[in-house]
Amino acid sequence: MKSGIVSYGAYIPRYRIKIEEIAKVWGDNPNSIIDGLMVFEKSVPDMDEDTVTIAVEAARNAVNRAGVNPEKIGAVFTGSESHPYAVKPTSTIVAEAIGATPNLTAADFEFACKAGTAAMQACVGMTESDMIELGLAIGADVSQGAPGDALEYTAAAGGVAYIIGKENIIARIESTYSFTTDTPDFWRREGKPYPEHGGRFTGEPGYFRHVTSAAEGLMERLGTKPSDYNYAVFHQPNGKFPTRVAKMLGFSGEQIKPGLVVSRLGNTYSGSCMMGLAAILDIAKPGDRIFMTAFGSGAGSDAFSFSVTDRIDEIRNGAPSVEEMLANPIYINYATYAKHKGKIKL
Amino acid sequence: MTVARFWRRLKNMYNLIGTHCEKCGGFYYPPRNLCPKCRRSSRSVPFKFKGTGEVVTYTIVHSSTKDFEKQTPYILAIIKLDEGPSLTSQVICDHSDIHIGMKVRSAFRKLGEESEKGMLYYGTKFVPMESRNK
Repeated sequence: MKSGIVSYGAYIPRYRIKIEEIAKVWGDNPNSIIDGLMVFEKSVPDMDEDTVTIAVEAARNAVNRAGVNPEKIGAVFTGSESHPYAVKPTSTIVAEAIGATPNLTAADFEFACKAGTAAMQACVGMTESDMIELGLAIGADVSQGAPGDALEYTAAAGGVAYIIGKENIIARIESTYSFTTDTPDFWRREGKPYPEHGGRFTGEPGYFRHVTSAAEGLMERLGTKPSDYNYAVFHQPNGKFPTRVAKMLGFSGEQIKPGLVVSRLGNTYSGSCMMGLAAILDIAKPGDRIFMTAFGSGAGSDAFSFSVTDRIDEIRNGAPSVEEMLANPIYINYATYAKHKGKIKL
Repeated sequence: MTVARFWRRLKNMYNLIGTHCEKCGGFYYPPRNLCPKCRRSSRSVPFKFKGTGEVVTYTIVHSSTKDFEKQTPYILAIIKLDEGPSLTSQVICDHSDIHIGMKVRSAFRKLGEESEKGMLYYGTKFVPMESRNK
């Protein structure tokens, strides 16, 4: 493929809540949860932050990082499972806020945690076919976890934006491969505030089957093996799943470590895997190869192979890094967290 | 705020787009049809402000109107933009950090909502310049 990443930008809210603080409320043992999930704390949106504001901040960081002319963006696609409107696109607000309107197409995507990578694939299709010059694909969420549910320990907030094009790319997309089935491991019904899930059923038939199938399918198509890559990143609903799936596929702990941001961030759902990729791009060198596989419940996986170009060094410092946004958090207690998340109804 | 009124001001609220008089060099936010100094001879053009400035003065609101009661206590400040004009906005930061002369930059935030089933209003607030999210 000629298409690749032209620029990228991330956004993480400043607030965090520690696992111990949530466990204290529900009478759980924090150590067993931390050991089981490999997550220590998660991000929490401010009172006035939602998927739209996070998507806009990430998109602005992507535009600013490489000095992209927003009028050249011909498509804005935002993947999320927490769009604030059921009907009325997040993507039109993003497009207006970055100055990309009105000559473009826009739509919102939903596919649990992989809606953002599906948006990337849609942009790749449009740039490869010369329908557009640049496409903006965003994965952003203020994830929902019901009070007391296991999801509450990881459901976090954050977003990442990728500008896809053929010119001035920082990472070429060598190929992408998807694996999709009808697997009801996680869902949220229309009008319901919190998702439901199949507990342990989300593991083997959901996450592991789809991630391994997409990853192996892509490596077979490209004729590559895990040792050909400098870095690998997998969807991170917790720390345990991506660590285990990397081992199953033959990737080392060293390859996945830079992109494994979930321990300090939580699961940003549509932003999860894409945030790990952003953290890797923050440190990658020209010539490095990156392997990525996202997973969305329902269920499907999108695998990508990237090759980093010389241009990465020119634009890297044009916007804040993931590490900068993870640093200096403000810790809040459960009551403040509940207020921020709208769990307290006035 | 009605839907039509918000829609008319949307570009100015999302991106701090005001006006610049090419005759006298004045900057205005919110935008003006005519430069108040040059009047009929003004040459006003749209101008996008950088979004950086400093706090001129501020107050901490503990008792708000119904629209903002979930956000109390919050900081309301007069911000002088680097290009000259001043505007009123919330500043999102720790209340112990706010001070006159504080350097701030714009951020995209939710301003409010019409009702639980009504429109959501987005626009510009300010955060400390030293905030790591540039």
